[in-house]
Amino acid sequence: MAEIPLLSVRNLVVEFPSRRGTLRAIDDVSFDIAEGEVLGMVGESGAGKSLTGAAIIGLLEPPGRIAGGEILLRGERIDNLAAEPMRRIRGKRIGMVFQDPLTSLNPLYTVAEQLIETIRTHISCTERVARERAIALLDRVGIPAARRRIDDYPHHFSGGMRQRVVIALALAAEPDLVIADEPTTALDVSVQAQIIDVLKEICAERGASVMLITHDMGVIAETADRVAVLYAGRLAEIGPVRDVIQAAEHPYTQGLMGSIPTLTQTDTRLVQIPGSMPRLDAIPKGCPFNPRCPHVMDRCRHDRPVLIARGSKREVACWLYEAVREEVHHG
Amino acid sequence: MTAFIIRRLLQSILVMLTVALVAFALFRFVGDPIASMVGQETTLAERQELREMLGLNDPFIVQFFTFVSRAVVGDFGISYRLQQPVMELILSRLPATLELALVSGFFAFIFGVGFGVYTALRRGGWLSSSIMTISLIGVSLPTFLIGVLLIWVFAVEFQWLPSFGRGDVVDLGGWWRTGLLTESGRASLILPAITLGLYQMTLIMRLVRAEMLEVLRTDYIKFARARGLTNRAVHFGHALKNTLVPVITITGLQLGSIIAFAIITETVFQWPGVGALFINSVRFVDVPVMAAYLMLIALVFVVINLIVDLLYYVVDPRLRVDRAGAGH
Amino acid sequence: MSQTEQSQTERGKTPGRLARAWDSDIAWSFRHSPVAIVAGAVSVLIILAAIFAPLIAPHDPFNPATLNLMDGFTPPMEPNAFTGNVYWLGTDNQGRDVFSTILYGARISLFVGFAAVILAMVLGIAAGLVAGYRGGWVDGLLMRFADVQLTFPSILLALLIFGIARGFIPPAYREEMAIWVLIVAIGLSDWVQYARVVRGATMVEKNKEYVQAAKVIGAHPAKIVLRHILPNVLGPVLVIATIGLALAIIAEATLSFLGVGVPPTQPSLGTLIRIGQGFLFSGEWWILLFPSITLLALALSVNLLGDWLRDALNPRLR
Repeated sequence: MAEIPLLSVRNLVVEFPSRRGTLRAIDDVSFDIAEGEVLGMVGESGAGKSLTGAAIIGLLEPPGRIAGGEILLRGERIDNLAAEPMRRIRGKRIGMVFQDPLTSLNPLYTVAEQLIETIRTHISCTERVARERAIALLDRVGIPAARRRIDDYPHHFSGGMRQRVVIALALAAEPDLVIADEPTTALDVSVQAQIIDVLKEICAERGASVMLITHDMGVIAETADRVAVLYAGRLAEIGPVRDVIQAAEHPYTQGLMGSIPTLTQTDTRLVQIPGSMPRLDAIPKGCPFNPRCPHVMDRCRHDRPVLIARGSKREVACWLYEAVREEVHHG
Repeated sequence: MTAFIIRRLLQSILVMLTVALVAFALFRFVGDPIASMVGQETTLAERQELREMLGLNDPFIVQFFTFVSRAVVGDFGISYRLQQPVMELILSRLPATLELALVSGFFAFIFGVGFGVYTALRRGGWLSSSIMTISLIGVSLPTFLIGVLLIWVFAVEFQWLPSFGRGDVVDLGGWWRTGLLTESGRASLILPAITLGLYQMTLIMRLVRAEMLEVLRTDYIKFARARGLTNRAVHFGHALKNTLVPVITITGLQLGSIIAFAIITETVFQWPGVGALFINSVRFVDVPVMAAYLMLIALVFVVINLIVDLLYYVVDPRLRVDRAGAGH
Repeated sequence: MSQTEQSQTERGKTPGRLARAWDSDIAWSFRHSPVAIVAGAVSVLIILAAIFAPLIAPHDPFNPATLNLMDGFTPPMEPNAFTGNVYWLGTDNQGRDVFSTILYGARISLFVGFAAVILAMVLGIAAGLVAGYRGGWVDGLLMRFADVQLTFPSILLALLIFGIARGFIPPAYREEMAIWVLIVAIGLSDWVQYARVVRGATMVEKNKEYVQAAKVIGAHPAKIVLRHILPNVLGPVLVIATIGLALAIIAEATLSFLGVGVPPTQPSLGTLIRIGQGFLFSGEWWILLFPSITLLALALSVNLLGDWLRDALNPRLR
């Protein structure tokens, strides 16, 4: 690739040392995010989506640690930075939006105090300038009467409004990448779409890339350019959203697609994948999905599938497609 | 806000009345007040007359009402042992106790919060572990033993500090004698203040540490870090402020315990305060002093409780519900 | 046939039970905690020494016939200037062997401590069971009372109860009754913790199906409470009792040190420290130091044992 991607994650491994041995929560995950791109990251809870986000922004909670691989921001490694340079990247170059707006804001400080503090940490300006910026930001994320409400405390805002404040805070220092970790899960269904719209618009406006972590395929379908599917800490499939949704290749993704109801397709049944994702200390040998896979083959129980390129833009980690490739070779 | 204050005030009055009932029962039924007041040679008729005069034959409710209305204006009668008005005795000794309690409370708070924050932030470090271990010994050490050991080391062996009394005191306006303004007064205060404050310090320290660890795990701290705020801002601006909300409540209540624990420290250091007066009243069954001390301690607790509630209100904006309507 | 079976199971059971006890979580946790082992050893050592004090003590410090004033102020491990007697930990002003007074003192301290804990435990468990099982106004009244009591430091309450009790006892009997008054004072000042824990557990248990079933059968409430609910709260109660023992020992020592505890004729560790303090300035440090170390070792080890027990039984109980 000639163009350097904004973010490049190479063979990331995250481990948790525990009494019963080291648990591998993320195992050999690689993906890129281009400038201005929205990458959706889906998977069940515990698949390692949030941990991937935490690893990128350098906030893995001990004893969790990056045990292998590289994370590059515009071609420079950031996974091995010291605490202080990494802190300067957080907020300034990578912003983050958490799941629960009710707990993301410090209840003892006004919205103004939290915004101004964040702006002035990264941008040298006077209090007054920071305040004006903060008001403009709140206005932009859709807080009505921003100038008046900025001095209110978080508990004066509704959940949806608080998440707008959180987005304003994440974008306060104009980062190039925003990691949004389940930004709408905790919200009322009626405001979820609005929040996603605000996030998408404001990032598009500023040319910021987004890594959207969610377990909701519907949100991904409407928002993302590409999608990465995680299963048990491993990448199952990655590719353009339209392709993956229309023709999922990994049996797990197919199962996930089966779980979103659509109005247009009349013959689609709601498929549930039998069983549940393995715990970290009991990941089966070979392909981690093999006990639940409808197409399981003998090989899946012994060899771990590698990512196989499918066309120029898609990759899938499933032995089904190895066979196809070999057939093509022979034929 | 006003409704809140009124409700708390009513509760406080109720608590005070309950304690007054206990104090009154103490006064009325422990020993025979007449026997404590008169000599052996007093005749039965004279005793009966005194009984009538003092209202001891009135109905219980009337006596209780008299007791409360006297207590409100500070009249707790005459000490059996010292033959002086109880209130006078207490007031003359109160400054010594208050100075001791406030200084050690201040010491306990500053060091307790400091060590608590340090051990929470440097969890697992050797200094943190040492502080935690020593604090466990501190909790197990009886207060009086700390005092005795401090006297041994600093007064007997090194002879740096005085081992008893208040040193020189200065009379302020005739009703407050302070030891804070003279060098010997300040030197005399050091050992008792440490003795009294050490236990509270370890309690505050453990509380701050536990709260701080809890706060450091919250989402808003994670989000503050994710915004790239400096460690200093995250730890001291965000985490500490949130930690202090519950700590203030408990520390406030600790101040009440400090005044009660002063009994022990005052005995060890022969500190001329209210606690020493109380110990002697227990020893000699001097009921009026015991009753008055009980009321005094209850009053201190109630007042501190009220102040703590108000402080809580000031610190935590979530409680100021009506503020949003005011539209600042 | 059935008899042999029974004896077999019996035989199989006895070692099995021991093995199971050894393998239980508690025992495992004990064996893997150096602090618990040391604290347990120190506690057991002091308790045994106190129980067998009459057998161990080289002298009977309270028999005036065996005392020799000439032996007074003998430093530890040094022969006395006049009599040439050597005392391991020295003697006090009256020629009493410090080691022996400590053994007898620990006996008093531990007796008061255990008795006070048992009193507090019985009161607290009873109040907690009644409050939790009956609920309603009984519960409200008991718990309000507990709340008010909890706002006052227990040492202050103990002092107050001690003072009140003395008011009721004629002066002639005060010395004699002092130790019992002390036990009541400490016990009464410390029942709230038990009551709270037991009440909480009772409220949880009483709605469980087996208790409801017992009720339907018509079992007597007292029987339900004792048979079904009490066993479930013994763990937390044991933890509170252990820490309570340390607190009671400290409370007893404090009161005795303040001169309102046991009479000087039956000195506890606190009394000995009070006596020892008098000789600080004249240089007879051993009279103060050894009782202090014993008290500290006892209080600290029981405290540590309680801490360990709390973590081992239920990490969430705080």
